[in-house]
Amino acid sequence: MSEKTKALSYKKNIGKDSKLAKVIKKYSIAFILLFMIVIISILRPNFLSPSNIFNVLTQSAIYGIMSLGLTLIIISKGIDLSAGSLVALSGIVAASLGQSANAATKYFPNLGELPIIVPVLAALIVGGILGLINGSFIAFTSIPPFIATLGMTTIARGFTLMYTEGKPVSTLTSSFMAIGGKIGILPVPVLIYGIMAFITWILLNHTRFGKNIYAIGGNVNAAQVSGVNIKKNLVKIYTYAGILYGVAALVFAGRVGSVHPGAATGYELTAIAATTIGGTSHAGGIGTVGGAIIGALILGVLRNGLTLLGVHAYWQQVVEGIIIIVAVIFDMRKNKKR
Amino acid sequence: MTETNYILEVKNITKVFPGVQALKGVNLAIKPGEVHGLVGENGAGKSTLMKCLIGIHSQTDGSIYFNGNLVQNYSTSEALRMGISMIHQELSPIEHRSIMENIWLGREPLKGFGLVDHKKMYDQTKELLERLELYVEPDTLMVELTVAKMQMVEIAKAISYDAKLIIMDEPTSALTNKEVEQLYKIIRRLKEEGKAIIYISHKLDEIFTICDRVTVLRDGEYIGTKNIEDLDIPTLIRMMVGRDIKDMYPKETCELGEVKLEVENLSSKGAFENVTFNVRKGEIFGIAGLVGSGRTELVETIFGLRTKTKGSIKIDGKEVDIKTPEDAIKAKIGLVTEDRRLNGIIPVLSVADNMIIANLSKYSKPFRLFNHREAIEDVNEYVENIRIVTPSIEQKIMNLSGGNQQKVLIARWLLTEPEILIMDEPTRGIDVGAKAEIYKLMGEIVKQGKCIIMVSSELPEILGMSDRVMVMHEGKVSGILDNSKGLTQEEVMSYATGQIASEQS
Repeated sequence: MSEKTKALSYKKNIGKDSKLAKVIKKYSIAFILLFMIVIISILRPNFLSPSNIFNVLTQSAIYGIMSLGLTLIIISKGIDLSAGSLVALSGIVAASLGQSANAATKYFPNLGELPIIVPVLAALIVGGILGLINGSFIAFTSIPPFIATLGMTTIARGFTLMYTEGKPVSTLTSSFMAIGGKIGILPVPVLIYGIMAFITWILLNHTRFGKNIYAIGGNVNAAQVSGVNIKKNLVKIYTYAGILYGVAALVFAGRVGSVHPGAATGYELTAIAATTIGGTSHAGGIGTVGGAIIGALILGVLRNGLTLLGVHAYWQQVVEGIIIIVAVIFDMRKNKKR
Repeated sequence: MTETNYILEVKNITKVFPGVQALKGVNLAIKPGEVHGLVGENGAGKSTLMKCLIGIHSQTDGSIYFNGNLVQNYSTSEALRMGISMIHQELSPIEHRSIMENIWLGREPLKGFGLVDHKKMYDQTKELLERLELYVEPDTLMVELTVAKMQMVEIAKAISYDAKLIIMDEPTSALTNKEVEQLYKIIRRLKEEGKAIIYISHKLDEIFTICDRVTVLRDGEYIGTKNIEDLDIPTLIRMMVGRDIKDMYPKETCELGEVKLEVENLSSKGAFENVTFNVRKGEIFGIAGLVGSGRTELVETIFGLRTKTKGSIKIDGKEVDIKTPEDAIKAKIGLVTEDRRLNGIIPVLSVADNMIIANLSKYSKPFRLFNHREAIEDVNEYVENIRIVTPSIEQKIMNLSGGNQQKVLIARWLLTEPEILIMDEPTRGIDVGAKAEIYKLMGEIVKQGKCIIMVSSELPEILGMSDRVMVMHEGKVSGILDNSKGLTQEEVMSYATGQIASEQS
């Protein structure tokens, strides 16, 4: 007994940093966010006004919700380049079913105003089905996720253009617009982002599905031998991500008030960046929902802060790119083997 | 004892990492033309010492003399230039490049204007390979080679640096017996050429076959250096472990119950055919044979990782149809796989997550949150019961020693409460102390009326643990032998090499 405890305590000392160093290491990304907030609010005190804070959160919500889905995908060692296109296609279908009666050009001229549940379900179903197709290709053929979703990117964009013959769908019902509005001072997109983040956190940390995702990304062979159904799980991962893109599409449509066929182009890259900054490893098996949120907020704070500081939009892009690279360098040091 | 007698002399080296002293005053002296064994349990400091020698780490204290000169603070490339070369246990070839490109990587012969002289590279490689009696074309891609040949290429690479000292870390871990013989031949030739070799291995019989002298490390300390003639296996084990292992194979004969598993005429095209055997409750059923004899493929088929082309599997007299590992787990079969890194551990996940991964259904009921508390209780219970040494169950499994990783994997399957536990090379690459504990654990498992199918290349463990031994040769069963009266290694080997084929098939 005593020999064993001795062995345990001996091992305990290996590679152990001080408590503070450990905390800093573990939450390094959060500290970067905090540091940015402090700097910007010293330079521009109005950054911290409630209206501006909600502004940042609202602006982060769309790609934030997308990055939740990408977190699951990237943990499983996959990637999804089609996220932006799927937002556009599910968004345009939802918008066509959610036009107000007094819209100048109606997609379905003979259709009256439908209850909000119709476009909401439409977005979730379209997103889910497209995600299911992504997942099925990846699971049942051996094409890599990069290729499968690269193909889906242009397929979905093509369908979006076909669906409206290249024209935008606008003048949405007031209940649809409410998705982009506020309840009291709380913006609805932020509320939706919060709810989706919570659901995703539960899925990832408190279900068997979540454990399987980490195992698949960590070592797919070991997961298979342990009885994890790889194919079924991959389909589930991409389907769930697709549903999240549907949610992001609803927020997009509600905020902008219309959806045009080129909508959300390049959003997948911002979402992937947020996920990556948040510490999800492209080598698989590592990643958290909290990280994805912080990653999205870092991008949101950065964009907002640079605008407040009067940095030219072109320079903003350069800075954003540098931040992505630096954040990942920091994070890789954390995950390094002893 | 003048320094000039030695090609390498390591004096009183220490290495301190933050929080741990990995080497505590280690000595090592190597003569030219000698094969020097370096042994010790995992964590004894062998790899740290080697990393100091090849320039990955620099020592905290102490000195290294190479060729009589004091050398310090050198880089890996400087080590190569001095003539110290290492063949790592885990080969890392660039798989989709050719042999010659791998050997000359970073120092390709040039022919002016910075262009690579492929002709020269080809000829030099050919000459090198022929010196090692390796008759393959230098432009063959690495992926097309067997592990054994890749190893030979690594040796060729070491020689190409004109190494005076070659370090071999577990060089035989993936080789068949025949290939091991070939390796020995090459080692003996290198020896004649006056090259010194440090030979690291867990397999003590290899140490006794090939080494001239042996240095033992334990817990970072230098235990001693002995001529091989002055040593025997028990003495060497005592030096390594620091205590006597009285009963390496604590197999108690337990009452065999009724037949649990019946395999009839099982075949999988290209791997094995017409395999028939049964296993009884409380039995350890050993499967021996050379690498490539179809043993691993056989157990993979029973476990549903491979499709059978013919034959049937019965459990408790009822035929079962196992197509996937999930089916196998439902049928109460567990498989501790051969290759821990390839399909055993999930490196970046914690000990706890690794342990419960095959048994998640126990903790998750529909529309309920995952029951972490119950899972953690189970994990703690196993950590305690089978003595897994880890700072916490949240520790990433990649930070544990091989023996402890293996225990976690065994616990993974014990959690599923299997009635048939298949263990493929259960003690590969783990140290003597941990081995003994795993054998003890196996004994406890069969005592509960479960049965174990053990595939192993290590004959001492097959003979020490099995009730019966099935020997395979080139995909066929060459014999099922009763071990109750004690088989000899020679008997099993004669079946394994196909010298004796049983009449039954």
